[in-house]
Amino acid sequence: MSHKFTKVDPASIVSQNPWAKLKSFTDARIAIGRAGTSIPTDELLKFQLAHAQAIDAVHNPLNLQTLTAELNQLDDMDEPALLMHSQANDRICYLQRPDLGRKLSESSYQTLLEYRQASNRQYDLAIVICDGLSASAIEAHAIPFIKALKNKLKTNKADWQIAPPVIVQQGRVAAGDDVCESLKAKAVIVLIGERPGLSSPDSLGVYITWQAKRGTKDASRNCISNVRPAGLKYPDASDKAFYLLNEAFRIKASGVALKDRTVDEEQDTLTHNNRSFLLENKSL
Amino acid sequence: MTFKYKKQLGTRTYQFANLAELMAKATPERSGDKLAGLAAESAEQRVVAQMILAELPLKTFLNEAIIPYETDEVTRLIIDTHDKAAFAPIAHLTVGDFRNYLLSDQVDEFTLAALRPGITPEMAAAVSKIMRNQDLILVAKKCRVVTQFRNTIGLQNRLSTRLQPNHPTDAVNGIAASILDGLMFGNGDAVIGINPATDNVSQCCKLLKLMDELIQTYQIPTQSCVLTHVTNTIEAIELGAPVDLIFQSIAGTQAANDSFGINLNILKEAHEAGLSLNRGTVGNNLMYFETGQGSALSADAHHGVDQQTCETRAYAVARQFDPLLVNTVVGFIGPEYLFDGKQIMRAGLEDHFCAKLLGLPMGCDICYTNHAYADQNDMDNLLTLLGVAGCSFIMGIPGSDDIMLNYQTTSFHDALYARKAMGLKPAPEFENWLTELEIFQDLDSVKLNDGLAKPFLHILEH
Repeated sequence: MSHKFTKVDPASIVSQNPWAKLKSFTDARIAIGRAGTSIPTDELLKFQLAHAQAIDAVHNPLNLQTLTAELNQLDDMDEPALLMHSQANDRICYLQRPDLGRKLSESSYQTLLEYRQASNRQYDLAIVICDGLSASAIEAHAIPFIKALKNKLKTNKADWQIAPPVIVQQGRVAAGDDVCESLKAKAVIVLIGERPGLSSPDSLGVYITWQAKRGTKDASRNCISNVRPAGLKYPDASDKAFYLLNEAFRIKASGVALKDRTVDEEQDTLTHNNRSFLLENKSL
Repeated sequence: MTFKYKKQLGTRTYQFANLAELMAKATPERSGDKLAGLAAESAEQRVVAQMILAELPLKTFLNEAIIPYETDEVTRLIIDTHDKAAFAPIAHLTVGDFRNYLLSDQVDEFTLAALRPGITPEMAAAVSKIMRNQDLILVAKKCRVVTQFRNTIGLQNRLSTRLQPNHPTDAVNGIAASILDGLMFGNGDAVIGINPATDNVSQCCKLLKLMDELIQTYQIPTQSCVLTHVTNTIEAIELGAPVDLIFQSIAGTQAANDSFGINLNILKEAHEAGLSLNRGTVGNNLMYFETGQGSALSADAHHGVDQQTCETRAYAVARQFDPLLVNTVVGFIGPEYLFDGKQIMRAGLEDHFCAKLLGLPMGCDICYTNHAYADQNDMDNLLTLLGVAGCSFIMGIPGSDDIMLNYQTTSFHDALYARKAMGLKPAPEFENWLTELEIFQDLDSVKLNDGLAKPFLHILEH
């Protein structure tokens, strides 16, 4: 028996899908072709890279030095940023024990209490920055968002009393409740790295809570999600936050009692065209 | 405090206050039980609990409710629908005997079908806790649960797929593009099911209409579903929307279902509304339920019961309504409940086994989030294990990446891998449609044709 050796033609190995032009309709990974029935190498590695970036976003620690320096350089930050920690000691603990990530460590809580007593100021708003599930989201978007928000706040009410920004390592959203309580602020705005998606490893979440204290329910918060240049852009996100803060101060409440009346541009795309390309020129 | 369950091991006496504690301590390790403070404190304690559990008569579960009958309607459902005659053949067995019996050659799909109404969720959970992964696979494989709406799900050597064409803004062409992609990869026989980005009744109606027109135009033997709250779907039915399947997430305690905004009455009302439309062609199973370990704990509604036992109790709710499809969303909830690939895999096999034993058409959303310690290789492993176990259906989505829900589940390609590696086929009616459209060169050996199927060629024209 002899085997005839013929050269493999690389172009024949992978079957391309002829409907690739439909990619203009969605970011979903459609028309990626196939090797046999499996995902071709280039698409496989693209996916692995996206997953790797998402994992890194979860596990890379927040660069505290840079963040603190940047916060302190912001205009009219008269009090320097404060560095705090949740009760979750490390990332593994943070991931397995959400209850611990929701609380400030005893020493952090005590430090803030003493800070507030020493400063003897009445704060309207506490700004809290938690690493959450994506330090890269904080590193990329926290400063530009705070800048945009502060510019807004300056426009309506000159005397917003803003507490020094508080960074909480291994913090979940509710860690902001402890900050609000210990600083005796009227409201708290929490910036947190969201659970990273494959195509969005650096998505920032913003939560606003009126008179938050330990044990505040999630139903008392307002959330602005997916803040990043490819998602909800800084000016739009800060507009929303500004609106929600003003409303919270007006009705002295947040969460389900405070409805977001700002309009999303992308809402209800189906009303424009209810029939898809699949049904054009087709009758039932 | 009196301890009901005790065992002496060397010089140590292990004690457990009640059945719920014994069940929790006997559960293979997972982060959710630790979070709830219910997990075994040592590896030895876990096995001792399993030994006590194995010696326990199955009858115990009828006499000692782990969540009180008086305060929980799921417990009432379990006790009130228990069939003593079906239970009689195994009434004298212990949990350990039950495992041996299920694995024995005396038991086949017919004995298992006859036994079903006599088995309670707690019995299924208990026996699963002393079974190895291969036991869970082997017994699940013996169970046969067949359901029908416009096609037949769950036949031997079949693996169906839910085509999940989600889009972050529900853009109609974006959804249609993913549907076409999936159909061309032979996916979509379990259901074409959309998780809507905008969750309200009018959006739900529009998406239903979109899918209904598609299914009718191309005469696809499948069913559609918008995975919105059951009360939205009831409203959509009242508005005359073309509802095939009615979806709802369910859990295993009344309080957890409360947090989902549902109870048995609402589900009954929905089921009856669906039946009144009479839209099935080969059968009338029309409920679609999703479950997942950890949901009761996350709603603070677990009553000190471990997450796997809570999960199994949800199957009592599901089987009351003759569903077409049920699936556990096993890795979606996050690492605080199932920490890594190993825990996700174990939970997936447990859920599939328990549901099948109780008579449900069980599928699995084999999935993970980016903050869990899991990756595509773990999903490949679980997919292969569930394929061998005879899982009814899995998800199919473009390139494993759900761009709306931000998690990873099985791809259209993965489904074809499973069919190819394990000799599985889609539902027979759907198989015929794929053959007619010549989507496959050879369906038996899972060889696709190049190009776009003829009825769809018009989309390439402009």
